[in-house]
Amino acid sequence: MSGTKKLGLRQRYEYLTRGLDWETSYQPMDKVFPYDSFEGIKIKDWSAWEDPFRLTMDSYWKFQAEKERKLYAVIDAFAQNNGQTGISDGRYANVLKLFLTGISPEEYQAHRGFAFAGRHLRGAGTRVAAQMQSIDELRHLQTQVHTISHYNKYFDGIGEFPHMHDRVWYLSVPKSFFDDARSAGPFEFMIAIGFAFEYLLTNLLFVPFMSGAAYNGDMSTVTFGFSAQSDESRHMTLGIEVIKFLLEQHPDNLPIVQKWVDKWFWRGHRLLGLVAMMMDYMLPKKVMSWKEAWDIYFVEAGGALFQDLGRYGLKMPKYADIATAEAEHISHQNWAVFYQYTHAAAFHTWMPDAEHLDWLSEKYPNTFDKYYRPRWEMWAKMEKEGKRFYNNALPQLCQTCQIPMAYTEPGNPTEICFRSTQYKGETYHFCSDGCKDIFCDEPEKFSQAWLPVHQIFQGNCGGATVPDVLRWYNMNVGADNMDYVGSPDEKLWNEWHAEKLRQAS
Amino acid sequence: MSVVALAPGYESKVEIRDLEKNFHGNSLVFVHWEEHLSFCSAIAFPLPLGMPFGAFVSEVVAPHYAAHPDAANVDWSKALWSIDGERKSPDFSASLAANGLHHKSLVRFWTPGLSGVAFS
Repeated sequence: MSGTKKLGLRQRYEYLTRGLDWETSYQPMDKVFPYDSFEGIKIKDWSAWEDPFRLTMDSYWKFQAEKERKLYAVIDAFAQNNGQTGISDGRYANVLKLFLTGISPEEYQAHRGFAFAGRHLRGAGTRVAAQMQSIDELRHLQTQVHTISHYNKYFDGIGEFPHMHDRVWYLSVPKSFFDDARSAGPFEFMIAIGFAFEYLLTNLLFVPFMSGAAYNGDMSTVTFGFSAQSDESRHMTLGIEVIKFLLEQHPDNLPIVQKWVDKWFWRGHRLLGLVAMMMDYMLPKKVMSWKEAWDIYFVEAGGALFQDLGRYGLKMPKYADIATAEAEHISHQNWAVFYQYTHAAAFHTWMPDAEHLDWLSEKYPNTFDKYYRPRWEMWAKMEKEGKRFYNNALPQLCQTCQIPMAYTEPGNPTEICFRSTQYKGETYHFCSDGCKDIFCDEPEKFSQAWLPVHQIFQGNCGGATVPDVLRWYNMNVGADNMDYVGSPDEKLWNEWHAEKLRQAS
Repeated sequence: MSVVALAPGYESKVEIRDLEKNFHGNSLVFVHWEEHLSFCSAIAFPLPLGMPFGAFVSEVVAPHYAAHPDAANVDWSKALWSIDGERKSPDFSASLAANGLHHKSLVRFWTPGLSGVAFS
């Protein structure tokens, strides 16, 4: 047989990308790609883009289909064996609530953002990589929803996640993070999400959740994690490639890229405070402390990365030293926020028991006993006396990160850090120098922020009282919110355990 | 610095979301009890700036901090005040506006002798 020779993977990939691209003639290229020049990034030669992975669409489908067959087999087995009764403790379900309400909708936002970059960047290789990542992110949302929907049959606070994402006060933190990235140009989006989030900080997001699932008997979420892992490594490769490409293309790109790296590092650090709280307070069986994770994944791995990127003139992100100092504090400060606003949160809270307190003392020898243990012990005592501590006012929010302004002054953990500035005669408040700098660089953008507390006062959130607002959130009051102890979740968990003991005896 | 935008004249299209006129006759006021970190952050209220400072303290500030064990022992005549970063001795009979408060002012106060349980 003579016939055509079968093409190699690389050749097929070349035909798919470069081979399908052309210079437009009916319309000028600048009109076809209107978004890839206004940010000031200069690209001399798009063909210098090194494709980080040469995956063709047909092999993509084949590979993903295989992975998902395995994932859905595990999910089915988990459901048939009542896997939900085998998790470490009923409290663990709250980790999944935080994940599904706070992170899964951002997978969807990432899907939209990469679809935009995949349309509007001029280089064909970059476009194909961004389009594949866009499909990955959509699949991740889908598989996360399917994995966690099994828990929705038993635990509260899960079913309204898309509605809550757009409305609930603390979910405006991840939402506004992605809204900011998606309303930027395609290059800033690629640095924000592709590099800062998916490369620099990704291990601080996925390792804690997936190892947390493994330690706490949640095999369905572990399997989701494995299924996403090969995609994540592809995303990391894209993130590092994009920053190197921009820095190699033109020296004028360096100050722009540095500014984005500074901004998105700080924004990512603030967002990951939710993960910090999850690791130190919400996992019944702990993986490692947030401080330990930060030291491994940011101080060591991030330090080595920036040493490597130093050859392009890129420096460590601004305020990295402050973020590292805050790793001793943020998990405690965030848990304090949710404990006192438990009536307005769609997951349960609790005070750590004696064993957990000792673990925190051991993991945070410089700070826990001095600053946080006394607060937890006071609140536990108040709880015992029937005077459980609530904050009945609404918190002041940071204009940039939208988190309650609960963080303390660098170097003084007994004083709240207040920063403010004026823009067009209006005052704006910030939790940190990092958030203030971000505002001052783009005040036109952040003066439009939808701050949940201010929106409630303006009458845009269902009414003037807390019950009105919770109804507008679609929160099932008395089931979704408040402490774990006394919740329907706890009651159900205790029934499962009584049944297990009865069967064993 | 200002935003780098695709559309020319972006700045002219910006609608600042939290202008005073959006709060139905009220102004935003933030208040924080220093050395009492049980209250995780300053707290926010929509208030008429014509309200006397004394009424602000007795009807807004005091009840919202009442859950703290120190609250019953606060002597308001000895409290130290800061309004928008400046130490002030507010006139309790004068209005918030006359005491220098405006939309989005931050009021911080200290209660000498009372600093919670290890500042909590």
